[in-house]
Amino acid sequence: MSPPETVSAVQAVPGAVTQPASALDPMVPRAFRVEHVRREVKDVFSWQLRPLDGAAVQIAPGQFNMLYAPGVGEVAISVSGDCSDDSALVHTIRAVGTVTRAMAQLQAGAMVGVRGPFGSAWPIEAGYGKDVVFITGTVGLAPLRPLIYEVLKRREKYGKVIITYGSRGVDDILYERDLHTWRGRFDMDVNVTVHTAPTGYRGLVGSVAEAVNRSTFEGGNAIAFVCRSEALTLAAVRALQQRGMTTDCMYTTLERSMKCGIGFCGHCQFGPTFMCKEGPVYRFDTIERLFAIREL
Amino acid sequence: MLTQSNGVAAKVAQRPAEVIDRAGLGALISLLQSDGYRVIGPQVGDGAIVYETLASADDLPAGWLDEQSPGHYRLVRGPDAAVFAHTVGPQGWKRVLFPPRQTLWEGERDGSQFSIEPAEIEAPPTVLLGVRACELAAIAIQDRVFLEGAYVDAGYAARRAALFIIAVNCARSTSTCFCVSMQTGPKARTGYDLALTELCGGGRHDFVIEAGTERGAEVIERLERRAAGPEDLAAAAAAVERAASTQTRAMPPDAEGILKANLESTHWNEVASRCLNCTNCTLVCPTCFCSTVEDVTDLGGDHFSRERRWDSCFTLDHSYIHGGSVRREGASRYRQWLTHKLAHWHDQFGSSGCTGCGRCVAWCPVGIDITAEVAAIAAAAPAAPKDKR
Ligand SMILES: Cc1cc2nc3c(=O)[nH]c(=O)nc-3n(C[C@H](O)[C@H](O)[C@H](O)COP(=O)(O)OP(=O)(O)OC[C@H]3O[C@@H](n4cnc5c(N)ncnc54)[C@H](O)[C@@H]3O)c2cc1C
Ligand code: SF4
Ligand code: SF4
Ligand code: FES
Repeated sequence: MSPPETVSAVQAVPGAVTQPASALDPMVPRAFRVEHVRREVKDVFSWQLRPLDGAAVQIAPGQFNMLYAPGVGEVAISVSGDCSDDSALVHTIRAVGTVTRAMAQLQAGAMVGVRGPFGSAWPIEAGYGKDVVFITGTVGLAPLRPLIYEVLKRREKYGKVIITYGSRGVDDILYERDLHTWRGRFDMDVNVTVHTAPTGYRGLVGSVAEAVNRSTFEGGNAIAFVCRSEALTLAAVRALQQRGMTTDCMYTTLERSMKCGIGFCGHCQFGPTFMCKEGPVYRFDTIERLFAIREL
Repeated sequence: MLTQSNGVAAKVAQRPAEVIDRAGLGALISLLQSDGYRVIGPQVGDGAIVYETLASADDLPAGWLDEQSPGHYRLVRGPDAAVFAHTVGPQGWKRVLFPPRQTLWEGERDGSQFSIEPAEIEAPPTVLLGVRACELAAIAIQDRVFLEGAYVDAGYAARRAALFIIAVNCARSTSTCFCVSMQTGPKARTGYDLALTELCGGGRHDFVIEAGTERGAEVIERLERRAAGPEDLAAAAAAVERAASTQTRAMPPDAEGILKANLESTHWNEVASRCLNCTNCTLVCPTCFCSTVEDVTDLGGDHFSRERRWDSCFTLDHSYIHGGSVRREGASRYRQWLTHKLAHWHDQFGSSGCTGCGRCVAWCPVGIDITAEVAAIAAAAPAAPKDKR
């Protein structure tokens, strides 16, 4: 049995950054203080975290950290803030289970652990010269927000910029402030659609597919970033294909159980890939086949 | 590979084989013990061959053989006093390098202070005595997981660097062995400090001893020995040849291609109807590396630690995310085990994840044989692709 020359797993997203967490043991968290807690929508909150050691933090849009609530447990959470700020981290968390509910109880000043950054990043430069379409909904906007910030920082390098945001109801819209600001810009289109709205609501009501159909972008020269549940991802991909896009221009982020973030625990496997290494951001054509297989 | 990866043992120039006798094996163990090593080797325990610390060569399982077949393992008396006539038992050396349970780090909170420190790593100098060729292959495979990727597992690295490996060439196969078809054995080719071939019977009990590294050669220098003659070498070669030629099981040559082409085979449901989801196969497998973590805290809540323990893809928890498990059906979990081990491992680590040791076959309570399952999948017609969910 001869050792491999190279490992040929599904290629990491071109241009992805995967930096080592720290020169120290990658299993050992670094201590951070919760500097600020912001309640977003029901059960969703954002943390601003500052490292106790005062050293710089590093993370790229699309990557995630393993956040540790002392004594309770550790969960994978994507970066949701501006990645050019290397003094603090912003993460947006939805309280759904043991660890995230315990996190929801923590106040500013609490201490938590952070390991990372891990995983692949959104390819920022792959969209240069193209129309950019973001398709997301509810908390899916969190992992995309850092990318949207980067795109807007170099706005002139892109064609049209379109955000299609679907939400279950009107109380469920994440980062309303950002959406409001973006909506006010002349150089981007922001379509917020809600599935069910109270009478008198003036916004768009309907599905994301309909919103994609309505938007004006050039399917043959566009890049799409999709961050939705797996079932809705497929609907978004189909809608984009109908607009003439091919899956090698679509990127998405997926979710699996993660216990380590570094390829040791085996939990995040998705076919030949480790989602913590080759994912969570994938170029859709590289996983299209795997994605179609039930319970893989 | 093995010798290069830990940076400890340098490759040695070919040194002619030599011969030590049964007393010489005892001397080898005592000598390494007096050098400060603990020597772990095969012993009889709980009706099986287990790997435990040896007090002396007298602890070795002299005169014991193992009888193995799908779902079956039994120790029986052999015809002579050979100490290495058995093959592999339920335990691998994995538990030495990658312990079933270990503390990763400990944390302390004191007012506004918060500190997290890696747990102390215990890595005493250790001799592994009686490592078979398939087990050397398994260690090389786990090296690629824990040492040769983007991250290094500090505990594994420290324990790995503290090893002195004495391989044993198999003189016998059981019905569950299929190392020949995996090209891992039965002869040890690389990754050891010393290699022994036992020659027992006809009034003799000797071991042909070969060095794989410089420090292995230095140890041989300190033993009472003689040069191996042509008849010693012929007997050693014949023993290994016997082990190879009596193997009855084989993995289909293109297991990787067969499985990748049949991710949606109907056969997954068929095998799942027999599988008990007991996790035995993954726990006895010397290459499975899955683990989970547990967070522990003291009553005051200011002292915490994180423990890592072995896990298996056969549990529902393994794929649990908020809202439920990804692999809810037994068929999906069996597919994960087989396709990871035999197919996707190639993409991840450049080799199969199977060494052909046969443990999962013998220790499966219902005798599921992975070589037969791969053949059955190859024979079954591929299912029409289903729509997702
Ligand atoms: C790459 C990635 C990025 C993500 N980004 C985000 C994000 O930006 N925002 C967001 O809200 N969510 C995100 N998630 C989802 C988030 O990780 C899960 O919602 C979270 O893990 C749920 O954990 P829980 O303990 O609250 O839920 P549960 O449903 O209680 O538990 C989920 C998992 O944690 C384990 N667990 C529970 N308690 C313990 C314990 N005491 N010790 C050890 N393990 C325990 C469970 O066994 C289970 O495996 C992301 C997931 C991934 C994979
Ligand atoms: S899959 Fe079975 S035969 Fe292969 S290495 Fe693991 S236990 Fe041994
Ligand atoms: S996923 Fe299953 S087969 Fe693969 S290493 Fe983990 S336990 Fe073993
Ligand atoms: S999260 Fe542990 S291997 Fe990916």
